[in-house]
Amino acid sequence: MATTDIASAAQPRTLSVLVEDVPGVLTKVSGLFARRAFNIHSLAVGPSELPGLSRITIVVHADSVLLEQITKQLNKLINVIKIIELAPENSVQREHLLIKVKADSPTRLQVTQAVELFRAKIVDVSVDSLTVEATGAPDKLNALLDVLEPFGVREIVRSGTLGISRGAKSMTDRALR
Amino acid sequence: MSNLTATSPALLSSKATSSAAGTSADQRLYGPGRTVEPVAVTGSQSIIRSLEELGVTDVFGIPGGAILPTYDPLMDSEQINHILVRHEQGGGHAAQGYAMVTGQVGVCFATSGPGATNLVTPLADAHMDSVPMVAITGQVNASVIGTDAFQEADIVGISTPITKHSYLVTDADQIPRVMAEAFHLASSGRPGPVLVDITKSAQAAQTTFSWPPKIELNGYRPVTRGHSKQIREAAKLIQGASRPVFYIGGGMIKADASAEFHALAETVGAPVVNTLMARGAFPDSHQQNLGMPGMHGTVSAVAALQRSDLLITLGARFDDRVTGQLESFAPDAKVIHADIDPAEISKNRAADVPIVGSLKEIVPELTTAFDALVAKHGRTDLTAWWKQLNHFRKTYPLGYTAPEDGQIAPQQVIEKINQAAGSEAVYVAGVGQHQMWSSQFVKYERPRQWLNSGGLGTMGYAVPAAMGAQVGNPDRVVWAIDGDGCFQMTNQELATCAINKIPIKVAIINNSSLGMVRQWQTLFYESRYSNTHLNTSQTAAGGEVVRIPDFLKLAEAYGCAGLRCDKPEDIDAVIAEAMSINDRPVVVDFVVSRDSMVWPMVPAGVSNSDIQFAHNLTPEWDEEE
Repeated sequence: MATTDIASAAQPRTLSVLVEDVPGVLTKVSGLFARRAFNIHSLAVGPSELPGLSRITIVVHADSVLLEQITKQLNKLINVIKIIELAPENSVQREHLLIKVKADSPTRLQVTQAVELFRAKIVDVSVDSLTVEATGAPDKLNALLDVLEPFGVREIVRSGTLGISRGAKSMTDRALR
Repeated sequence: MSNLTATSPALLSSKATSSAAGTSADQRLYGPGRTVEPVAVTGSQSIIRSLEELGVTDVFGIPGGAILPTYDPLMDSEQINHILVRHEQGGGHAAQGYAMVTGQVGVCFATSGPGATNLVTPLADAHMDSVPMVAITGQVNASVIGTDAFQEADIVGISTPITKHSYLVTDADQIPRVMAEAFHLASSGRPGPVLVDITKSAQAAQTTFSWPPKIELNGYRPVTRGHSKQIREAAKLIQGASRPVFYIGGGMIKADASAEFHALAETVGAPVVNTLMARGAFPDSHQQNLGMPGMHGTVSAVAALQRSDLLITLGARFDDRVTGQLESFAPDAKVIHADIDPAEISKNRAADVPIVGSLKEIVPELTTAFDALVAKHGRTDLTAWWKQLNHFRKTYPLGYTAPEDGQIAPQQVIEKINQAAGSEAVYVAGVGQHQMWSSQFVKYERPRQWLNSGGLGTMGYAVPAAMGAQVGNPDRVVWAIDGDGCFQMTNQELATCAINKIPIKVAIINNSSLGMVRQWQTLFYESRYSNTHLNTSQTAAGGEVVRIPDFLKLAEAYGCAGLRCDKPEDIDAVIAEAMSINDRPVVVDFVVSRDSMVWPMVPAGVSNSDIQFAHNLTPEWDEEE
């Protein structure tokens, strides 16, 4: 075929997975990805608004066929309650980033300016380093990292993508009877 | 809406809201459905009481430290017959064999650590072949979990990838619910193994038992009713196809839908191919049955798939042993794919019409929908299609030649066992050449007549699975057709059979080799026989007799009758003698040629169209006119 169907091409996809908060559930989910050779970009897990249920946000690199298979396999896990794909156009996706960057007296001002430009925050200061906190879409955080790189990045901690659908509806609305 | 169509990116799927497609509201508990008022018991008693309320009558297992508390009340159970096996793997395969012949959940017990890890192979086997089974394992006391305690193994973690679900129970109050859920999960939807790991402390604790418990499976709603629009779509394709073929798999037997399928097959009139796991789902004697497809399938079955314009796939999963090279598999065919497991659909081959649901419900609806279409539009003439296929069937039938070394042809032994025991017997194979010959040369006329390890390919399956089958079907003759390699992996269960009066019959197809590996070495490794000689009937160089072990003596040591047959002219008499012994297990050592090979064959990774019906001989595809 001459043209590739954009919707079906391999790209990062975000899945929001509602799971029962029971011991071993994360192992069951991550183990499934490992043994079926599905590629995880990032994974973030935490409690949801309903007691006993956790939400896992998973970013995978997949085309539509693979994404369908991943979803079906996830659905076979007994502790998985519901799965939705968060399409970029109708969801908000954010990642949290902590960076320890070198900043001595000659460079401190430049670093501080870069941090302000990105609306990031300095959360810790020492004689020759700054710790910066930033929240944003993964692209924006990558851009910030590019800017800070020349000063010398000592440590990076990223949360993995979190996502939520736009609008009033919640994915848990109809998940449980 | 439904999650049945190929891609619906917005809402991928929601198990809880897919009722549009018809979910099972049936969360009915497994078992006879009695009610028990709350009573004070120990955790161990709660396990046994739960099993009783679940209707369990037979359990295979071995006690050990961490499951000891449960073995105590087990002794008092009048309902549950516990069979003490010699190895946990044997107990697991026995539970599988029991489940395969009865359709009920097979149950096995093991202790923690090595007891539990010995169950890994049967669990994986049951997972691949969708066998309903519950394994109950003891675990170390909850207070020492994670400390590398004596006989501690994380069996829940180990078994997660090879079970449908697994539980760790540390609270005795949860036992009835977990047991009920385990049986429900194992037996419903796509069946499979469930592991319940229960700490010794929970077994010893005081608790309350009552029945039925409330099960909490919010994430489990298997779809059983096929989408009616999809069924009509499928019927339309069938009505219009000129080269349709029914490709049926083990799901047909699991769904108990053979009778319904019989009606569909005859209504449509299309050829039927049944996979290794579906042998017996449709009678071999039926004119429309072309036999098994795949790597060692019949030429006509393989040809039917390759030349088809429509695969009517029912409970099969496009396994690589069936498709050969996937890209060139059934190149001109559209695909209808009905399966209870949505994840099987479009996993290996994209489906044009996917149907998720139970074949028990889908198959009769398909018959009705097809009938309605035919009444309106008439049927497509299949005469030309049948003419082609009958040509292949006639020209390339299954067969074998007498070995050049003058020894017994293994295929002949299997044919003759079938002639003697008939289709009311149960046939259980291990894995390898003898398994393929057993699939090819036994006539399967009824579902649950044939048991084998299809997906995992577990050598050693036959003896313990036959034992379980015999317990489940005490009135049938059960023949384990085993290889000399396989037999040596699990034959310790002969002791269990002898002591418990489980009179299985074992035919060792003894070619003194790991025969299938040897066949591949002959074909693909220039006859360099690296580590495939077993010395169970002849030396590596051939000719000279060596029997390590001597299967006849081994059988006798285990309290079984031991027979040997090494001449073609004796086969009938030896089988008749084996058939006449019913008070103990019988082991027959059939010494056969090691040069016999399994044909036809599609070498691994090669297109099905290049099937060889004998060494280096491929069918003339275009001579049919």
